[in-house]
Amino acid sequence: MAQLILNHLTKDFGAKGPGEGGPAVSDVSLTLRKQGFLALLGPSGCGKTTVLRMIAGFEQPTDGSIEFGECRLSDAVRVLPPEKRNMAMVFQSYALWPHMTVAENVGYPLKVRRISGEAWRSRVAEALSLVRLTAYADRRPSALSGGQRQRVALARCLVQQPDIVLLDEPLANLDQHLRKAMEETFRAFHERSGATMIYVTHDQAEAMALATDVAVMSEGKLLQVAPPADIYARPEGRVVGSLIGRGAIVRLRLPEKAGRQLDWPLLQAALAGRRSGHGHAGEGPLSDVLIRPEQVHPDSGGMPMRVLSSVFEGERSALTLALPDGQSLKAYSNKAFCHGTEVPFVISGGWRL
Amino acid sequence: MSGVGEPAWLLAFVCGAVFLLSVLPLIHLGWAGLKGLEGGEAASVLLEAATFAALRNTLVAAAGGMVISLVVGALFAFVVALTDIRGKLALSFAFMLPMMIPPQVTALAWVEMSGPSSPLLKTLGLAPPLGSPQPLYSLAGIALLLGVQHAPLVFLAIKAGLATHPRDGVEAARLSGASPWRVFRDIVLPLACPALIAGGAIAFISGIGNFGIPAILGIPASIETLPTLIFAKFASFGSSTFGEIAVLSTIIASISAGGLLLQQRALKGRDYRLIGLTGARAAFTLGRLRIAVETLLWGTLALVLVAPLLALVASSLVPAYGVPLTLHTVSLQAYGEVLFRQTVTLTALKNSVFLASAAAVGLLVIALPAGYLLAARRGRVANLLAILIEIPYALPGIVLAVAFILAFAAPLPVIGVSIYGTIWIILAAYLSSFFAVSLKPVMSAFLQMDPSLEETARLAGAGFLRRMRDVLLPLVAPAAGASVILVFLIAANELTVSALLWSAGTQTLGVAIFNLDDSGSSNLASALSVLVVAVVIGLMATLEVLAKYLPEGVLPWRN
Repeated sequence: MAQLILNHLTKDFGAKGPGEGGPAVSDVSLTLRKQGFLALLGPSGCGKTTVLRMIAGFEQPTDGSIEFGECRLSDAVRVLPPEKRNMAMVFQSYALWPHMTVAENVGYPLKVRRISGEAWRSRVAEALSLVRLTAYADRRPSALSGGQRQRVALARCLVQQPDIVLLDEPLANLDQHLRKAMEETFRAFHERSGATMIYVTHDQAEAMALATDVAVMSEGKLLQVAPPADIYARPEGRVVGSLIGRGAIVRLRLPEKAGRQLDWPLLQAALAGRRSGHGHAGEGPLSDVLIRPEQVHPDSGGMPMRVLSSVFEGERSALTLALPDGQSLKAYSNKAFCHGTEVPFVISGGWRL
Repeated sequence: MSGVGEPAWLLAFVCGAVFLLSVLPLIHLGWAGLKGLEGGEAASVLLEAATFAALRNTLVAAAGGMVISLVVGALFAFVVALTDIRGKLALSFAFMLPMMIPPQVTALAWVEMSGPSSPLLKTLGLAPPLGSPQPLYSLAGIALLLGVQHAPLVFLAIKAGLATHPRDGVEAARLSGASPWRVFRDIVLPLACPALIAGGAIAFISGIGNFGIPAILGIPASIETLPTLIFAKFASFGSSTFGEIAVLSTIIASISAGGLLLQQRALKGRDYRLIGLTGARAAFTLGRLRIAVETLLWGTLALVLVAPLLALVASSLVPAYGVPLTLHTVSLQAYGEVLFRQTVTLTALKNSVFLASAAAVGLLVIALPAGYLLAARRGRVANLLAILIEIPYALPGIVLAVAFILAFAAPLPVIGVSIYGTIWIILAAYLSSFFAVSLKPVMSAFLQMDPSLEETARLAGAGFLRRMRDVLLPLVAPAAGASVILVFLIAANELTVSALLWSAGTQTLGVAIFNLDDSGSSNLASALSVLVVAVVIGLMATLEVLAKYLPEGVLPWRN
């Protein structure tokens, strides 16, 4: 299995109205690990779907190139048509052909490859059994539920044994409960097929749960690529920090020599320094610091903070706290607090963005 | 899709078809018009008194017709779109009928309904004394029938216009304390204004170009309009005829262009002629007034649709002109004549069926790739193609016919044969004229299709023709069926284009009805017309049955 390489990939949809300027995708370079599962994460309109459609061959890059192993798939001059790429795609709308039965839908890629008869039947049956839809083979897609339809679409990908599977927000139309089940199906699919998978989503929990790597995009630019745990612990910059996980970003004066991983004494000093407005501990330039809610604990030896809100979420309460200087923090707590009370908290760690 | 999708030959094929069907005849028309003006001889037609009279008659009749269309069409549109009356679908279907019935049949039916020789009035004992004038043979009569014929256009325009405004606006106004009448005056009417202007404009230009109604009503009273003047000039073929009719056609074309520009401006590119958008649900409950309003609408329909058609049926059942219809005189002889004995009507029937089927199927072959291309590809080329496809449909039929005469009177290059005087020139003109009719359902099906359906097929490995066959065609099949039926319906009834292009042996149904009436065989003309109306209603009912498989907006009478 070869590697997929995006090389300074750029897509400009041409002159738009004033204020809209800037290319949809700008200078995206990325090498996918073999048989990896990459989640492409970003707010809507960030260019992630355009990247996916360029990989599929539906859009031509205006600059840069896409390579698959030795083979150049796309550049500004030539595009290998999608039908010659051996890729498969799962759409948000499922894209099942309403005039074909479930089995015909699943078997269509084989039919195009001139596979028929017993070979066709057995491979379609195998794919359908993997998504647990054998009993539905002769139904029309319209007789299926949303989750079943998405499984048919997945079986259609599976049967083709594609090199790369592209998934464009495949769970966006499903309810919360089904999503969890489908995530499981995707994971199994990935392990079984050995294909490289690229998964576009704006839901970071989904991205974290599924992917071996997460790539964050914003305004057409690729901001960071890293395994989920890394990107959660060490995001680069404000945008990634605010997109991945929950947390608050506070601005603090930190000494120049401080590293990026910050501990409580340092944070305490910075917060105290800021309160006095000048002087000792809080020297240095202003930095953005990401503080995760699970890093903020109530502790009698901590710094007093005012509870702005306390929302019961079932397993715990989510608190919004005001720092002495007015900036706000998020925290989790097993116990509810009254709005407006001053409670001492300790911040066990922070990450300088 | 930015053009990565389709093969290169597709654009070439569509451009070639548009060039042959649209650009070439238009160039010839413009060129002949210019040459006619330049030579001076043909330009003198502009100064003739007959031209002035025809121009005046055309404008007066079209303007009068427009006013009637606006009043009737707006009444029906507002009531159907905004109130809770019952039987909206039936009402819309019946109200759309006059647009689908060929104008010369409408005219014939009204003539048979009124005047001293009406079998219906005679049977009822209401006929005026023999020798008293037929009141419809007048400019007012022409205007009245133009108004009836084109009221559905106004109806569609207003309904489509109202559908684009959500009813929330109306409800908000009600909550602000406005009475229903205030809401109508302050909210609905201003919002519907562009649609009213557009509907009026399209009714006006349709009136300018109408040939069937002034031909039946005007010629006996020596009232010429521009289309009938062209027809008359063409019948008395002279040395400067080509130049003169080109100049006259240019006048009609420029009046139409002015109307079209006004309509485009009011609508900003929205189309309603064949697309009736989803109507807003009832915003006003009529309460006790409802029964009165329903009576008014159905009464109007009875007067303008049912009564003339009954008169038509009555006069098709009498054995000869002037005989009253009684149980003793009733006979089916006229039907026997037109269906089995008269070679003229049989040839016409055969020709019209051939022309209509060939146009419907032939256009589908062009409209499928064109619809795919125009739906997939946006931008300047696609816009230009769409406009070029639209022009021949928007042009009055008489102008289009003249353009085709000018383009194809000379022998074709390479093969050296002229198609002028054969049935093929009529077919070519039909292909040009109805391209837009054929394209619309197919294109809206392509536009409403989820693009991922085709994209998945591509990724599955299917090339262009393969996915056309396996995925796209099955999905647009219902729309393609509707397109075939719509074109067949319109082409089978066509009169204006064929009136100029026919010659011995290539007459169409429209021409046959016109000629039978012209030669005094009104019972035969009526019988043929009744058959035509029956076929029209039958085909419309077929479409209605197909309706649930069709993309939204393909059937004009559905909400």
